Amino acid sequence: MSVLVLAEHGNAQLDEATARAVSAALCLDNDVHVLVAGKGCHDVALAAAHLDGVSKVLLAEGESLANQLAEPLADLIVARSGNYDAIVAASTSTGKNVMPRVAALLDVMQISDVIAIDSPDLFRRPIYAGNIVQTVRSKDPKRVLTIRASAFRPVGKGEAKPIETVDIVPGSCLSTFVANAVAVSERPDLTSARIVVSGGRGMGSADNFETVLAPLADTLGAALGASRAAVDAGYVSNDLQVGQTGKIVAPDLYIACGISGAIQHLAGMKDSKVIVAINRDAEAPIFQVADYGLVADLFEAVPELKGTLASAT
Amino acid sequence: MKILVAVKRVADPNVKVRLRADGSGLDLAAVKMTMNPFDEIAVEEAVRLKEAGIASEVVVVSVGPDKATETLRTALAMGADRGLLVRTEATTEPLAVAKVLSAVAGEEQPALILLGKQAIDDDCNQTGQMLAAKLGWPQATFASQLAVDGDRVTVIREVDGGSQTIALTLPAIVTADLRLNEPRYASLPNIMKAKKKPLEERQASDYGLVIEERLEVVRLEEPPTRAAGIKVKSVAELVERLKTEAGVLA
Repeated sequence: MSVLVLAEHGNAQLDEATARAVSAALCLDNDVHVLVAGKGCHDVALAAAHLDGVSKVLLAEGESLANQLAEPLADLIVARSGNYDAIVAASTSTGKNVMPRVAALLDVMQISDVIAIDSPDLFRRPIYAGNIVQTVRSKDPKRVLTIRASAFRPVGKGEAKPIETVDIVPGSCLSTFVANAVAVSERPDLTSARIVVSGGRGMGSADNFETVLAPLADTLGAALGASRAAVDAGYVSNDLQVGQTGKIVAPDLYIACGISGAIQHLAGMKDSKVIVAINRDAEAPIFQVADYGLVADLFEAVPELKGTLASAT
Repeated sequence: MKILVAVKRVADPNVKVRLRADGSGLDLAAVKMTMNPFDEIAVEEAVRLKEAGIASEVVVVSVGPDKATETLRTALAMGADRGLLVRTEATTEPLAVAKVLSAVAGEEQPALILLGKQAIDDDCNQTGQMLAAKLGWPQATFASQLAVDGDRVTVIREVDGGSQTIALTLPAIVTADLRLNEPRYASLPNIMKAKKKPLEERQASDYGLVIEERLEVVRLEEPPTRAAGIKVKSVAELVERLKTEAGVLA
């Protein structure tokens, strides 16, 4: 029973989520292959070939795969699927986009956002914004899984394994790529950062995110995050959203500023190792999950915290 | 151009769903139900396309229990023209729903199908993508902006690093993300009007389909709750504790 893992990458670099998906795949079987699909992504394939536990890398390159569009990527995975009993991807925006298409083409019910694999047949996954965890057994002959990256420890580096070039699937040009607008940030990636500083509606404006919260994040070398309320209010872009329908993070330290703590937000950060909440409302639900709560006006406390940390280093 | 919008009846997102005391299942008996918030955004977008003269008809469809007629009425009150309930009391997994919706699309022949990106009960995030696969149509998930021009729809998608713009040839599937629009509240007169709008009920068997479950739920549990920690009195105390007690700051 071999497992195929879809590599997460932007053609230049292999994303850490792949090492975590491989870790999940190894819970299913020892024979794990990684599919690198893209264009000009040979370096990505090399990096994948060095992931510990991977036995082979499949490299598919072509113009139609350059931007990870769902239709050609799903067709490619389905064309390779005959050799595998399970297909795994991380719950990234690419994984969430393409894997259900693969599952439906194979007439398989996908198991989304798996947080634990109890046996090759039993999977745990959160429902209702993580308020309930269900354990499911699949009746399908094949498994199609997306895994929550933060729930699996990434595999390390190992000896280089072979890279096999595979053909792309012709046809399927139902959608065309127009443009990417990549948020340029010097800060670490939200989903893999060791420290995350997040702001909520209490930040009051987009300006305050930049002038009050960002300096604290930069002092700590932290990623910047936000609650849905802050995204709704237009303070920050959606790619910073932490929560049930945004990104799921589990950093060593999560600092929530002006975030009330709606269940949808808690769903995205409650597995953080240490949670700090700064909020002037002592009754805010965020304090029920915070290891350290500071009831204070964030516009005083956050600059003070930044100052204290900056002077200490 | 006809638009089909799929909607799901779910527990109110503001309610913290729990297990029954005997652990035999979810305690939803007293929970307020509502339209899945992302589906509301999808309905709103369809209604706006109609108001802009781009869509000629908006049909809303739900696969679910009797009570899902309430959800469909809400969509009709928002401005959809016609409703269709494919009635089932079974658990509706995305794959089964996608098959029913695919059959409905075969009859209705819409140029565009809109869905919410994810239902906030099972948190699957699958139905739109699966429907696209079943129909062999292109898909644009997690849409934050949508523009129809002739036989093409251009969609800006929310992706991990920022956004991606893609163009699809119609017919196509688009799933709605948070920033696509802000759904309207239905006015009282529109709620009254919605009661007179056509709402048809069908069974999956009318389409030659059986709603089957592929996943067996063997256990439901509430995750360990995180204990509240302590309140610190000052920033200085916070920094001190983070360094010494928590060990997360150098």
